[in-house]
Amino acid sequence: MLRQIEGSRAVAQAVALCRPEVICAYPISPQTHIVEALGEAVKSGALSPCEFINVESEFSAMSVAIGASAAGARAYTATASQGLLFMAEAVYNASGLGLPIVMTVANRAIGAPINIWNDHSDSMSQRDCGWLQLFAENNQEALDLHIQAFKLGEELSMPVMVCMDGFILTHATERVDMPAQPEVDAFLPPYEPRQVLDPSEPVSIGAMVGPEAFMEVRYLAHAKQTMALERIPQIAEEFARRFGRSSGGLVRAYRCEDAETIVVALGSVLGTLKDAADELRDGGVRVGVLGIQSFRPFPLAAVRAALHGAKRVVVLEKSFSVGLGGIVSTDVRVALSGLTLHGYTVIAGLGGRAITKASLVRTLTEAIADRLAPLTFMDLDWRIVERQLQREAATRRSGPVAENLLRDVGPVASKVR
Amino acid sequence: MTAEIKFYQTGTFTVGNRLLAPELHSVQASIERSNSLNSGHRACQGCGEALGARYAVDAAMRATSNRLIACNATGCLEVFSTPYPETSWQLPWIHSLFGNAAAVGTGIAAALKVKGKTDVRVIAQGGDGGTTDIGFGCLSGMFERNDDVLYICYDNEAYMNTGVQRSSATPPAARTATTMAVGPRPGASFGQGKNLPLIAMAHRIPYVATATVADLHDLEAKVDTAMRVRGARYLHVLVPCPLGWGSASHDTIRLARLARETGLFPVFEAEHGEVTAVTHIRRRVSVLEYLRPQRRFAHLFGTPGHPEMLARIQEEADRNIRRFGLLDASEA
Repeated sequence: MLRQIEGSRAVAQAVALCRPEVICAYPISPQTHIVEALGEAVKSGALSPCEFINVESEFSAMSVAIGASAAGARAYTATASQGLLFMAEAVYNASGLGLPIVMTVANRAIGAPINIWNDHSDSMSQRDCGWLQLFAENNQEALDLHIQAFKLGEELSMPVMVCMDGFILTHATERVDMPAQPEVDAFLPPYEPRQVLDPSEPVSIGAMVGPEAFMEVRYLAHAKQTMALERIPQIAEEFARRFGRSSGGLVRAYRCEDAETIVVALGSVLGTLKDAADELRDGGVRVGVLGIQSFRPFPLAAVRAALHGAKRVVVLEKSFSVGLGGIVSTDVRVALSGLTLHGYTVIAGLGGRAITKASLVRTLTEAIADRLAPLTFMDLDWRIVERQLQREAATRRSGPVAENLLRDVGPVASKVR
Repeated sequence: MTAEIKFYQTGTFTVGNRLLAPELHSVQASIERSNSLNSGHRACQGCGEALGARYAVDAAMRATSNRLIACNATGCLEVFSTPYPETSWQLPWIHSLFGNAAAVGTGIAAALKVKGKTDVRVIAQGGDGGTTDIGFGCLSGMFERNDDVLYICYDNEAYMNTGVQRSSATPPAARTATTMAVGPRPGASFGQGKNLPLIAMAHRIPYVATATVADLHDLEAKVDTAMRVRGARYLHVLVPCPLGWGSASHDTIRLARLARETGLFPVFEAEHGEVTAVTHIRRRVSVLEYLRPQRRFAHLFGTPGHPEMLARIQEEADRNIRRFGLLDASEA
């Protein structure tokens, strides 16, 4: 059924259609509307049987999900930003134990300085934690990926993070096609756990493992992700067959066939990028866009296949590894091992900095002319950066960085150009 | 009802099973006991925690007709019982992290509720570090929501698993690896041991109790009482640690008894935030008798020693005796 609703509400409804049995909630912007809507569904009886637990922290949220999943329940939670970091120990634990929890990450920057707006620093900080990480391009895909995530995670007995851009998607009202309950039931069978805490068949879960088997346990986590590389496209295909639309998969190419330059990115910025590519194409520039839907497992072969005919790759990232550069770029380079392509990393949109089509066209034009710096921070305000560096060179007690910069910026609401 | 008789074996203060009616025999005395924490684990000789856990979990198993799931914080109990694949646990058991046992318990209880398995019950257990320090937030949350979990803290008053470092349950003046017996104020120089039972009571949960491994019959009875109640319950068990306390392994039970008989560790029960019963001190003893056999307090004795600290610890014991009314009417 077509509906015009907020992204968070769409995701909440999709999660409810998956019949979760335990939902843990700790509020953090911009995730709040998702758990609020689910809480209402449980309290009103619309989603039943389901336990909705108001926990006292994100660490507890993931821990409650771990207990519920280990006792055989389909468990769900959602978080963002600082919340994901606060639960990090339990995030690793859930994947280490092989518990197929599904979690929405409403992507948001990490402080300091505190910032509630969108980038990908939060989920990227957990890229090695063993969870599968799927990125949604729009609200329809966010909704669809949750339904696929439960199926994928439960088949593999591994947890899945569905990443959707905070505010840009979570708070945007868009038209979505909401599936009906029987359709979801036919696609997603009831959860059949591989391991369960059951008095009639007692097992110990989470025992100490020494050097004699630890590497094998860790390798098996990697093997699960390798299996996911096969299952993700199959599940996306089955989803398309049943629901009549394409969502998910490993990667999605846009106008890449004859492209000399391909821009790689994740999440909602793909929409703007496609518009920018169209504009450049109108001017005769052969440019395409490669969206990565599955960041973990990282689809090395699919990325290589999509990029190997190009001359130039630009990776546009909403987070970066301080002291190195691009995070996604590093993975893309592994995929392109042995190939000689011009490669550029463009860091953009940190902390909610708007990524405009105009800026993208300008930056890509520079890249296509091979005039772009290998690591470029798009729309960086060099004036205030230089001023702060001079201040620090001149004075030992130069004061707090963020506050200095804000004074220099003056009263402006955003940096939209 | 005939006259009340106290069943203590001469000289040992141990309640004699054989003097009790069969229905009052301890769970451990029964051949039907579940041996939930089976033999063959790697606890130290004289480990109070292994003893307390064995009695507590078996009592909970009997109270639930073996329909029980346990979750465990990281710590000695988790480590000595489960080096893979030699688990000692004969019931469904999960270890997740150091600080989240109470929350994992909440999750299990929620799953059981939603699946209609209300006959299956949940216990969560941890040491004092996992309870009073790193797991405190999760524990308070579980209490505040009144989730159907019995949390058992085995308190040996420091981080023994990592090599005897101070926890917030470490008593004043005790030597640990991080409160060294050096300088003008040797040993733990601040705090008086965080009192989790009183904090649990402040949450007004249905049932809070303390116990020691000196009176295992009492420990079993309290577990049994706890399992008859729904909602959040808290049981705090004092478990001496020969390694960390610097005591002889054959003194574990004697020290636990002395902790109670000095007044340093009040043994009581509380319901909905109100104390409902206390175990009276049978023979009041000076704290010196309790402290002297423990090397963690050795720096307080001798010349010059720290008589002011000994006096402070005695004051603490006297305060507990007043506050909880620990003296028997005949003693007072």
